[in-house]
Amino acid sequence: MTQKLLEIDNLEVHFTTRRGVVRAVRGVSLSVGKGETLGLVGESGSGKSVTSQAAMGLVHIPGEIVGGDIRWKGQSLLGPEGHPLSRRIRGREMAMIFQDAMTSLNPLFTCGQQITEVLRYHRKMNKAQAQARALELFELVGISAPLERLNQYPFEMSGGMRQRGMIAMALACEPELLIADEPTTALDVTIQAQILELLQDLQKRLDLSIIMITHDLGVVAGLCDRVAVMYGGQIVEEASADEIFSHPAHPYTMGLLRSTPRIDGKDDRMVSIAGSPPDLLQAQQGCAFASRCPSRKAECSRDVQLKEMASRQVACRFPFSGPWSRDFKERTDHIGTR
Amino acid sequence: MALAEQIEPAEPLVRVEDLTVRFPGGRAGFWGQTELEVHAIERMSFEIFPGETLGLVGESGSGKTTAGRAVLGRTPVKSGHIYFDGRDITNIEGDARRLLSRDMQLIFQDPYASLNPRMRILDLVAEPLIVHGLVRNRDEAVDEVKELLRKVGLPANAFERFPHAFSGGQRQRVVIARALALKPRFIVADEPVSALDVSIRAQVVNLLQDLQQEFGLTYLFIAHDLSVVQHVSDRIAIMYAGKLFEIGSADAIYSNPKHPYTEALLSAVPVPDPVIQRSQKRIVFEGEPPSPIYPPKGCRFAKRCPLATAQCENEEPPLAEKAPGQFAACWNRN
Repeated sequence: MTQKLLEIDNLEVHFTTRRGVVRAVRGVSLSVGKGETLGLVGESGSGKSVTSQAAMGLVHIPGEIVGGDIRWKGQSLLGPEGHPLSRRIRGREMAMIFQDAMTSLNPLFTCGQQITEVLRYHRKMNKAQAQARALELFELVGISAPLERLNQYPFEMSGGMRQRGMIAMALACEPELLIADEPTTALDVTIQAQILELLQDLQKRLDLSIIMITHDLGVVAGLCDRVAVMYGGQIVEEASADEIFSHPAHPYTMGLLRSTPRIDGKDDRMVSIAGSPPDLLQAQQGCAFASRCPSRKAECSRDVQLKEMASRQVACRFPFSGPWSRDFKERTDHIGTR
Repeated sequence: MALAEQIEPAEPLVRVEDLTVRFPGGRAGFWGQTELEVHAIERMSFEIFPGETLGLVGESGSGKTTAGRAVLGRTPVKSGHIYFDGRDITNIEGDARRLLSRDMQLIFQDPYASLNPRMRILDLVAEPLIVHGLVRNRDEAVDEVKELLRKVGLPANAFERFPHAFSGGQRQRVVIARALALKPRFIVADEPVSALDVSIRAQVVNLLQDLQQEFGLTYLFIAHDLSVVQHVSDRIAIMYAGKLFEIGSADAIYSNPKHPYTEALLSAVPVPDPVIQRSQKRIVFEGEPPSPIYPPKGCRFAKRCPLATAQCENEEPPLAEKAPGQFAACWNRN
């Protein structure tokens, strides 16, 4: 895990809309090492998807990368100098799977045609070679009757099968990094379990690095080595999965953990975080979470930076420390119960 | 069914008996001579007692939403009976149905789709009051709506604004206010929090629980998210491919599931704790649910079930009492 594959450095992404400039990503820095799984957690609008799309070069007008850098094994992928490299890397050494396989696959082509296209473009294979490789890939991701499936259109397959098809497509060029943007959100729990199992298995077999983007903390807990929590376009906390779950330091992480009902324990009442996420159209002053934070103080109206704290990084002036169970319960019980 | 008396002495508020719902499923065969049917729900029976929350869980296509709609009379029933407060309401129509709808309301899943963007909150929430002739003029409506909005935790001036001015969680509060307008006794909440963000979900769930306490409401809480259902429900019913597989108290279902499908479902729910995740073995079942147009002859789970025997393939298991108050449809479990 010494070699850094992807490094995102102080990334800023803006979207120009009729109502003004949406500052979707505000200074995000991340890195993923070889064979590592990074969980990127946040609610809708937190910037987690935009960050990963920027890494894949998928930010298009009206979106724009206005600051920061994205590096692949030390070389920048941005700007005119980065363009040739980025054409070579993206889709090949770095691949992405999306939430909704139905809208991400082209309905007018069979799954076989779509997967062979990747192979013929990046690997310069001929038709027969690509067919054979596609068959292998379908077997790899556990699609039953792979030969028939290759000739089926996306609508003929179930949600879980389509997602497997998309994973096969992403793996076509043997990428080193797989970015999975909410790959199981649209699926039923038993199918979700199948897909998560598959990803874990593939990671072991192919020595993949994975960036797992999700809002489901349960998914992260089972799969990730490290977790970065995003809020309002920034990373508010980054630590190993164990630390995040055993003693989160940022109040938002804590709130998120406590507002997730657990099937293995019954609280009388779910703890909720009062208010709603910030409007990124407005320029943010200070900590983005301040207006919803239970331990807010006057200093929180000044900007906070992500700071090292023991083995983790936290963007909070007054982080919690120590085990959180009772301490946190007391400190958050007065958060609005509605 | 005589189960009610064994569990609780109270009369059930809602009783569903042998409910079967089928939808036209296109045509097949030579020149389309065969009419196909989608078997949405097959012979489903359950009861909901006053003041309780029955959680209805299932994967997509299991028929849970159809069950909720059928109880409210919003979908034609092929056979079976639905009783509300002891009265058979299966085929009630017209004025009587309208009167009944005061007692039974529905909360939808997606608050972005269920509020007309061209209507103000006032008109949206007052509409049921106007339809039922419960307010005579605008002033009365405003008073009533303000009170409702206050109850669901929205600012008083919200009534003159349009839905676009509100976030998802606030919109869902508007939807809840509208469902409460007629002071119903029974509410079907169809995936009320699935479209919301995690931190907002808890707000809405808490609100629903507060309102239940305040007004003595009875809920049919439909969801695919077992952890939320486990949290809000007194009893839980598990559906699979149109059949009721298991029903029992929430604690019993969680700690001692009797049906292999329930076990799989529970183990598939990711728990936000890496330590538990690592130690716990997920039961991952191969395959997918059967076709609703050509349902299998025996147990609908037989193809995926590790316990399946020849009997499972050929005979449909009845819902039988496996523990006091806990019923499951499985041949191989006691």
